[in-house]
This record gives sequence, C-alpha cells and structure tokens, in this order.
Amino acid sequence: MATVESEVRSADSKKSGLMTWIDARFPLTKMMSEHVTDYYASKNLNLWYVFGVLSMLVLVIQLVSGIFLTMNYKPSATDAFASVEYIMRDVSAGWLIRYIHSTGASAFFVVVYLHMFRAMLYGSYKKPRELVWIVGMLIFVALMAEAFMGYLLPWGQMSYWGAQVIVSLFGAIPVVGETLVEWIRGDYSISDITLNRFFALHVIALPLALVMLVAVHILALHEVGSNNPDGIEIKQNKNADGIPVDGVTFWPYHTSKDLVAIIVFLAAFSAVVFFAPEMGGYFLEHANFDPADPLVTPEHIAPVWYFTPFYAILRAVPDKLLGVILMGAAVVLPMFLPWLDRSRVKSIRYRGWMYKTALWVFVVSFIVLGYLGVQPATDLYTLMSRIFTALYFAFFLLMPWYTAIDKTKPVPERVVYHA
Amino acid sequence: MSDTGKSSRRHFLSVATAVTGGVGSAFALAPFVVSFKPSARAQALGAPVEIDVSSLQPGEMVRVEWRGKPVWVLHRTEAMIERLPENDGLLRDPNSEQDQQPEYAANGTRSRKGEYLVVVGSCTHLGCAPLARFEVQPADLGSDWHGGFYCPCHGSKFDLAGRVYKGVPAPLNLAVPPYRFVGDNRILVGAEEGVA
Repeated sequence: MATVESEVRSADSKKSGLMTWIDARFPLTKMMSEHVTDYYASKNLNLWYVFGVLSMLVLVIQLVSGIFLTMNYKPSATDAFASVEYIMRDVSAGWLIRYIHSTGASAFFVVVYLHMFRAMLYGSYKKPRELVWIVGMLIFVALMAEAFMGYLLPWGQMSYWGAQVIVSLFGAIPVVGETLVEWIRGDYSISDITLNRFFALHVIALPLALVMLVAVHILALHEVGSNNPDGIEIKQNKNADGIPVDGVTFWPYHTSKDLVAIIVFLAAFSAVVFFAPEMGGYFLEHANFDPADPLVTPEHIAPVWYFTPFYAILRAVPDKLLGVILMGAAVVLPMFLPWLDRSRVKSIRYRGWMYKTALWVFVVSFIVLGYLGVQPATDLYTLMSRIFTALYFAFFLLMPWYTAIDKTKPVPERVVYHA
Repeated sequence: MSDTGKSSRRHFLSVATAVTGGVGSAFALAPFVVSFKPSARAQALGAPVEIDVSSLQPGEMVRVEWRGKPVWVLHRTEAMIERLPENDGLLRDPNSEQDQQPEYAANGTRSRKGEYLVVVGSCTHLGCAPLARFEVQPADLGSDWHGGFYCPCHGSKFDLAGRVYKGVPAPLNLAVPPYRFVGDNRILVGAEEGVA
C-alpha cells in the first residue's frame, strides 16, 4: 500500500503543481497520453496518411476565417452582395480573409477526397473501422451541405441560380416534393428568407455538427487504432510492455512528419490565395461577380468543381426523379463499403488485379464525371456521362462479387517499408 | 419469482417514461419545423393574383406580376387559335412534353380555355422579356411567322401558345403558371384547386 502511494507521489512530483491540480479535477494528462503522447500508429505510414491532419487544419482555417467574415457580412438579399464587395475593398485585409475562406472551401474537398481515397487504397473502412468510416461519410455529407449553403451567401448570380437548381431537385420527390421545396426555401423562390436561414445553418448549425462529428471520428479511430499501408493490425503484435512493436507514438514521430505536410500544404494554399484565388473560375465562378437577379438566368449554370461528379450523374439521367435518386445514391453508396468489400485483405498491396482495375476505373470515372459536370450537356457528353455513371455504380454494386473471387497475396506478419 | 414481477414493472415504467419523453420531444420539435414554412409575409407576397378579363378584347394582352414573375394573359382571336397547328413542324416541343405547364395546359393551345393564354413572360433562355409580335408574316420575321413572341436579347421565338421554335437559344416552351377560372371572366393565377 505504502509503495503504491509513494510511486504515485513520485510520478506526481515530475508534474508541475498546476498539472497536478488540474489532473485531480480534469483528465488532462490522461487524455494527452491516450490521444497524443502514447497513441501508437504504425511506423510505416506514408504520404497518403497526411490528409486527415490536413482536413483538420482546413477546418480550423475555415472556422477562423469564417468567424471574421461574419463580422462584416450582412445576410440579407439587399445587402449581401454589397457587403461582400465591402469586405473585398474597404475592410483591411478583408480580401485576404475572404480569399482564405473561399480557397479553403475548395482545399477542404481536395484533402477530404484524397483522405477518402486513402481509405479505399488501404481498406481502412474494413473491420474494425466501419464506424470510423461511416462517421467520416457523415462528415462528408455535412461538408457538402455546408459548402452548398455557404455558396449562396455572396448572393451572386451563380449563388442564386445554383441554389435554385439544387433546392428544386427536392421537388422531384413524389407527393411531398413541392411542399418540401417551399419548406427549405421558406418562400416560393430563393429569396431573402432563404439567404437568412442558409446563413444561420452555414455559420452555426453545420459547423457545430462538423466539429462534433470530427471529435467522434477521432475518438472512434483512436479506439480501434490507425490502419497502415499494409492493412496489418499492429495491436496484434505487442511486446512485453504491451506496446505494438510496429507502432510509434503520434507525438513526436507522426506529428513531426505531419508538420512537413502542413508546411508544404500551406505553401500551396498561399500560392492559390495570393495568385489564383478564382482558379480560372473553378473556385469562384465568373457569373458570381454579378449580383443575384431572379429575372435573368445565367447562360450556363454549373456547380463548383467539387460537386460536379454528382451533378454529372444527375444530368446523365433523363428522368428527373431517377436522376435525383441516382445522385443521392452516388453520395450514400460509399457508406456501405465495409460490407460491399468481401476481400480477405485490406491493403491494395495484397489485392489481386480485379480490385486494382476496379479502383482505377472508379478513379477515372470520378474524374471524368467531374469534368463533364462543368461542361454543357451536348449529345456526346451526355452519352459519356451515362457510361461513366454506369462504371461508377458498377464499382460499388459489383464489389461483393469481384472482391470475393479476386486472388490475394499473403499478408506479412510485420509492416514493411516500400513505396 | 416476485423479482421478475418487479423488474417487468420497472421495465414497463422505463419504457413508458422514455416514450412519454420521446413524444414530448417530438412536440417540442414542432415549432422549429413549422418556423421553416413560408412566413405569413412570404405567403401574402406570394398570394394568388386575380385578373379580370371581361374587358380584355380579342387580340389584347395584359401583364401582371405574380411571385416576382411577369404573367401574361392573352385573349386569343379565333384566327390565332386556328393557325396554332400550322406551327407544329417548326417547334421544338409542339405537344408540350417537357414539364413546363400543369397537366391541364398540356394541350394544343396550352391553356384551360382556348381563347385565354396564361404564361410566364420570361424567356426560358436567359429570362429576358420577349416582345409581343402578333402580326402575321412581318418583313423581319419571315413567311413562317403566324404571330407570337420574339425575344430581342438573343432572338428566341415563341408562338401564340408560348411554344418555342426550333433553332433558337431558348430550350423550353414558356412556362404556364398554375391558374384557374373564377366564374367566366376572372382568372386566379397561382391557385389550381376548385376548377370552375
């Protein structure tokens, strides 16, 4: 008894008086140990594993820049466009804060798409990480809603007509469709009322949901442990001290690697913010430099690039309701990956040619659909978007079959280093 | 075995409490859900518009505003209606197959009553306001022209049923808003129920 007490006391003596005081009231040291200093992740994590941290970084960038934008932005149909111009011209560094926020929106999708692709490369969604994946997909859906509502706020032509088109999609739902559309808009067309509520959702409701979902995502991840490029469960190979032999702690090993990625990312991010904030009309569309006009439709309505793969799927279907259903399915289907994938192995390193081919087909389909989504719907493009929509769905729907019969290589006992 | 009785009673009470709380929460949610509906002001601004057409002579047109959109009511003459089928071959969607009108207007005259055309007067290309060009075969519009609407912005052409011509930028026929007749001479734009 006395020995235990003295051990505790000696451990305490290493801590400062303040930390001892806090730890007696809040599990600060315990939390830091669990999630940072003693959280073991595989020592062979590669470049693909930086996009989670980068997503968190962009979330923080968006929260901070967003808070400062709200200080000068006015969410009303008469004032919104002018207040954005005011931020751009009259507020000190206002242009910079706005470009950080608008570039951050696109950067968010860049890193999140790469983060999701990493999971598909190395089977990170497979047992026991199903919940990590599902929560991640919920974050993705919340992020899409957040981005869509944010895009209405500048009240430019594309804001207005993009919202008009997307909201009217709900009208395709039988029976309740039109009522639902009126309920979402709070009016008979996109109006001041819609702008005001989208503002509320964009700055309070969805960011709150996002932050909470990110916390759940990380808690679930730290419960099961991070995957690695070999898809080996490092917890199954522990030394006498109960430490995974293939693991190194998050702090300082993974954080120092992540810091390199953060610096490179911020350099690229700054380059866009300072030299190409509109990104040739892909990050900020040209039509949005005209104020919203309910009586004049822009010549060509296209969503921002990160929605275009799904928009192309919507347009590929001649029937409006079926198009909406397929677009929704395209977003939701990845959620079922943990159960669609029947492979014995996780990582692409040990999978056979079938999954490798299928994943390439999926990547090409996604990129081509993304391209088609910004193009006008000509006959050729419509045909192409139908073909690639079919391939997109085939990747998921045929997965239980091709992953089950695909030949796999034996997975080694320990993680390996190779490119 | 009295334990079992006790625990099932406990279980019942727990479930009953949870259900009551759940129902209460659902009711508490209601005000927030209904607050999303169009407000009284939005409803008032979007209310149906009544148009008296008793003084509208054949060949005359009135413009009214409904929900921020210009709505045209044209009193078509007998001759105007008779010439409509002659345009069919020149039109992109002569049979109103695209979803640009309520079901009761998906007919040859795109209207409830042939003599009255009710359409949203905003070009389906970029929303400009087309001009009324009711004359037949004018010099600038050619011998195919049987009267219609001509958009000065990009040259889109519509016939006297608001049907779009082929080979013009506008992709769709002019939209027909929901409307109904109140008596013989009054048109209520924005209300469908209770066909008179």
